[in-house]
Amino acid sequence: MAAAISTTLSHHTSHAAVQRATHDPRWVRWTLTTVALLFLGCFLALPLAAVFAEALRRGFGAYFSAFAESDALASIRLTLLAAAISVPANLGFGVAAAWCIAKFNFPGKSVLITLIDLPFAVSPVISGLIYVLVFGLQGWWGAWLIEHDLKVIFAVPGIVLATTFVTFPFVARELIPLMQAQGSDEELAALTLGANGWQIFWRVTVPNIKWGLLYGIILCNARAMGEFGAVSVVSGHIRGETNTMPLQVEILYNEYNFVGAFAVASALALLAIVTLVLKALVEWRHAQARAS
Amino acid sequence: MSFLRRERSVLPGFGLSLGFTLFYLGLIVLIPLSAAFIKTAGMSWDEFVAAVWSPRVIASYRLSFLASFAAASVNAVFGLLVAWVLVRYPFPGKRIVDALVDLPFALPTAVAGIALSAIYSKNGWVGQWLEPHGLKIAYTEIGVFLALTFIGLPFVVRTLQPVLEELEPELEEASASLGANRWQTVTRVILPELLPPLITGFALAFARALGEYGSVVFISGNMPMRTEITPLLIITKLEQYDYHGATALAVVMLVASFCLLLVINLLQKWSRRYYRV
Repeated sequence: MAAAISTTLSHHTSHAAVQRATHDPRWVRWTLTTVALLFLGCFLALPLAAVFAEALRRGFGAYFSAFAESDALASIRLTLLAAAISVPANLGFGVAAAWCIAKFNFPGKSVLITLIDLPFAVSPVISGLIYVLVFGLQGWWGAWLIEHDLKVIFAVPGIVLATTFVTFPFVARELIPLMQAQGSDEELAALTLGANGWQIFWRVTVPNIKWGLLYGIILCNARAMGEFGAVSVVSGHIRGETNTMPLQVEILYNEYNFVGAFAVASALALLAIVTLVLKALVEWRHAQARAS
Repeated sequence: MSFLRRERSVLPGFGLSLGFTLFYLGLIVLIPLSAAFIKTAGMSWDEFVAAVWSPRVIASYRLSFLASFAAASVNAVFGLLVAWVLVRYPFPGKRIVDALVDLPFALPTAVAGIALSAIYSKNGWVGQWLEPHGLKIAYTEIGVFLALTFIGLPFVVRTLQPVLEELEPELEEASASLGANRWQTVTRVILPELLPPLITGFALAFARALGEYGSVVFISGNMPMRTEITPLLIITKLEQYDYHGATALAVVMLVASFCLLLVINLLQKWSRRYYRV
């Protein structure tokens, strides 16, 4: 409609006038692009560069020796462990949630979708606090846990739980819209050809959602390894035992060990860069797959 | 579970997937979250008011609210600009810049926090030029505002970008052929179209900023009554073993963010109706 109007009307208006009205003059383009890039440079590139500059302030020797410390190594191990548990758990949940939401109709579906997004609306500090209320010394299970000599808060299980909470929606929220858009025609075709449930899932659904799945895992993992507020509440900051990498950064920074703090921070910043590159690659492949 | 099914689907796995979803959701999210409300319900009204309405707490509300609002506003203006430039103008390195916009999502907040305080402190790259002129950023309210601007940056850009990409060029051509100049086309045709996603992005950035902790604590200096945000106050109360006080504050924040979530959902519905006609 709009196209028809504009072609009819363009006979009355000269081409140059339309060009002038739909395209910005060069000086506007230049000014806006410069301002936007300056803003992004100040707010994004500068902090990123500062991390590496501060880490390398005393040279490469001091930088690498910061990683040789046993506390730093322990924090790296704990971060990897927390991510290795919480990411697969949320992956399994995300797939199950997307399957029942995208393939079936049931009452209360939109409420369920909202509840899945809930952890994103909760402050990280509160995400940690609620586990203290359940498993802490004065919490619901506190007495029972002491009786059985189990520790959740100020120990590794609490860190894993808090990490799982803050990364809870990532995979589900990538998969739900994707699987809803794809519908279930291919799965139904497989069913009529005699495939059973798991065969349908592994051979039809998984190949269809693999890029969305990968995208969700990348984002989930980045948040799991970088979470600070929630983990800080439940960790208790026991050196070499309950410090993840972000907590190790905080401790070293507060001790004025800036090279050490920024060295560990630079490893996390590298992880962020890798995440951004992988994310861009997956988006690009996904766009290609859709175009073909 | 068959009573839950309105339309019968022949695909298998409904009971298993819904059962696991509800079980996991309850275990990880709903039961722990309810603990905060149940714990607060055990307090008397006077105790609750004393915990959530003391001068120090009110000062923290004011800082959290105002700094988040200012940061989200700056992000709305510059986010619109960045989204416009990324969608409309070609320039070298555009792919890299586009990927970089997501940095605040990918960079751990503690890393962002120490990097920002290193830049804006007295001896930092930017701070050494500003402090001699009497402009202190690190350990002041401005520092809090800067950190919140950093973490909220992608929200406006990422909500505007897809809408801008789908905006039909015919709309602008029609406007031009009806005699509008470029300024009129931008302000009367394009901007009204962008308003719903712009407000949505603003609300998302604002909600995120209200709960933010990691990037702020390093640059704020954490002075009571002056640069103490509400999430930090929760941690302070926890460290003093004041579980009731911490939980009451948490409930106030949870209610505020649930209300915001509701507003955001309504906004998103509004902007969808606006476009898919």
